[in-house]
Amino acid sequence: MKKILALMLTLCVLLGLSAFASAEETKGEGVMTYAEYAAADLDTEVVVETYVQAKQSWWDNKATVYTQDQDGAYFLYNMACSEEDYAKLVPGTKIKVTGYKSAWSGEVEITDATFEIEEGSFIAEPLDITDKLASEDLINYQNLLVSFKGMTVEASNDEGAAFLYSWDGSGAHDSNSDLYFKVSKDGQTYSFTVESYLCDNTTDVYAAVENLKVGDVIDMTGFLYWYEGANPHIISVAAAQ
Amino acid sequence: MSKRLFLTVLLLFALLLLSACHGSRKVGSFEVPQALDTSRDYEIVFWAKNDTNKRQTEIYQKAIDDFQALYPNIHVNMRLYTDYGKIYNDVITNISTNTTPNVCITYPDHIATYMTGNNVVVPLDPLFADPRYGLGGTELRFDGPAQEEIIPQFLSECVISGTHYALPYMRSTEAVYINKTFVEKLGYEVPDILTWDFIWEVSDKAAQKDAGGVYLLNGQKVMIPFIYKSTDNMMIQMLRQLGADYSTENGGILLFNDTTKSLLETISKHVSNGAFSTFKISSYPANFLNAGQCVFAVDSTAGATWMGSNAPLTDISRDKFVAFETAVRMVPQFDPANPKMISQGPSVCVFNHGDPQEVLASWLFTQYLLSNDVQIAYASTEGYVPVTTCAQQAPEYVDYLARIGEDNNEHYAVKIEASRLLTDNVASTFVTPAFNGSASLRDAAGQLIENTVKSVRRKQTVDDAYFEKLYSDITSLYHLNQGDSAQGMGGKQDLGPLPGMSRGLLIGLVVIWVGIGLYALRDFLQKHRKDFSKR
Repeated sequence: MKKILALMLTLCVLLGLSAFASAEETKGEGVMTYAEYAAADLDTEVVVETYVQAKQSWWDNKATVYTQDQDGAYFLYNMACSEEDYAKLVPGTKIKVTGYKSAWSGEVEITDATFEIEEGSFIAEPLDITDKLASEDLINYQNLLVSFKGMTVEASNDEGAAFLYSWDGSGAHDSNSDLYFKVSKDGQTYSFTVESYLCDNTTDVYAAVENLKVGDVIDMTGFLYWYEGANPHIISVAAAQ
Repeated sequence: MSKRLFLTVLLLFALLLLSACHGSRKVGSFEVPQALDTSRDYEIVFWAKNDTNKRQTEIYQKAIDDFQALYPNIHVNMRLYTDYGKIYNDVITNISTNTTPNVCITYPDHIATYMTGNNVVVPLDPLFADPRYGLGGTELRFDGPAQEEIIPQFLSECVISGTHYALPYMRSTEAVYINKTFVEKLGYEVPDILTWDFIWEVSDKAAQKDAGGVYLLNGQKVMIPFIYKSTDNMMIQMLRQLGADYSTENGGILLFNDTTKSLLETISKHVSNGAFSTFKISSYPANFLNAGQCVFAVDSTAGATWMGSNAPLTDISRDKFVAFETAVRMVPQFDPANPKMISQGPSVCVFNHGDPQEVLASWLFTQYLLSNDVQIAYASTEGYVPVTTCAQQAPEYVDYLARIGEDNNEHYAVKIEASRLLTDNVASTFVTPAFNGSASLRDAAGQLIENTVKSVRRKQTVDDAYFEKLYSDITSLYHLNQGDSAQGMGGKQDLGPLPGMSRGLLIGLVVIWVGIGLYALRDFLQKHRKDFSKR
């Protein structure tokens, strides 16, 4: 009996310790918490520790990266990055970023940034924000990895197309154009995007959107990018569960 | 047996080395064929830039369909781009493998860099002048313009080192799209020609807020009175207007001077007043203008369909629009009596893949893009103007302009006013010289402004030491210290030490020939020893 009690107590302590470790991450010296970053004024220098979730593009020693920690997301626009280092920024990689908090058409991002890779790893689980789409609260989830459930594909133009190459249909598959499509929930219609630098015309999600039909009910995951309003960059599409 | 083996190995090694030397494919220079070989089929790859505008892509496709109907043996495969920078990057990447397109919408600045590849871009003067297939040639199956029908100021931009390497396709300039209602509310009247003093004074006044941070002019918490889309043009035009240096014709870098610094100091002062920002820092001028959050929005005339209360195209929700009267003016001037404004817009070049018949077929399609049907249709999609007098004077185009304001679509008033801004002021336009590095210099000119604006916004000290460091940083970032008046087109350039692989190949070749020589000598000596011993 005593042995069983001792074992149960030990297990409880271990469980408690592990839960504590995953709930709170200690930031390095001089590094802001997400709350401090969110509260910082625009055009001020910020220092954050975050984790790569996906990479959008690299060109001319600059990288654009979607990152997130346990508390919030940081979109890194044109961060100084060699091609060699870009290859190291695989999903989960922990980086310490120093840059300036900026906003462009409502998209809050870190610009003119530099980074260093640190020990650690974190891959975010998509957060279901389907019920936040219509709320003014939506902007607080900006840049996070999110999911949307049970949304209905609507026509993207007067001709009833389920999607468009480029915002007005002026693009083409072979031109690796962004895909734009509309989905609705509870009577409200929203515009979603497959950003072709993130998911190009060889990816599953690109093909999935090209195969959408008006009326399909789908689940999606993506990053809650912002351009004059919510403009999610979708990375996966599947039939609704 | 060992002799044969030795020779075989030597031969194989020599062949391997020789084949490795052919890493880059060289193309001979182009000569105009006697006639188009109509017994062949041609596949022409056309990289086309559009302004993310469906009408423009439809016009390109119609041009292709109509051309192919005239030339059934020439098939044009179009790839669409929305970004000149992307076209430029892709062309540069493909030059070494000779997989550039055949025909490409591009800027002359970019062509100057393409030309660092040997015979990559076709010099067009011989084609212009060819009596059969040249401009207005006798063998053309369509009505193309003669050279004198291409507006000279537009054609002159396509000259690099005295030779035409492109045709102009469309031309535009920059315009100030003004919320006239706001200007009058501030107690001013919009003049026919804006001055820099006027725009700064009005913008400073428009930036005034109340104690709660609400702008007095629009009652909103957002107002950027003056937003500039292309800060490279901003710097280039200001320097030209002041008669100050920017570059020489042959690539001499003159941008980093006291006038430039003085202009940046002026800009920084108004940024600190909250009066000015740029597209790269804040976003599209049109988005702010149409939401009543901007007074002076500077953008291309080719962006006119996005400007104003009744703009047919928009990225912002219609419920954010504010009603106001839009005025369209040329860019601000230092001397209104002698206005100077930049001429810009897409040109089209032809690439040489070593097949003169293919080049000729490509040239025919390129010329077709200057036919009236294509010119008038495409120019009508935005505030462009056709590049030929025959298109500008065609009844259909004259009628199009005359119907200004009839609707908020094809005859959208702001768009046609923007086009007229250029047609009425062609004599006041200028272009900058194109040379290898001119694209980088242009980027540097814009970046000087971008960095200054950001530094002011970030409350950094902007003083003489700041500008000294800025000049140094920008020079280094854009490699402008590697280009001086001795360089540019035709100038020699120190390329640095030979790469290791090249050195290895050369050494290997030498070793092979020494080996062959030694073997031949050994063979000779052995033979002579035998002959001597027989005696």
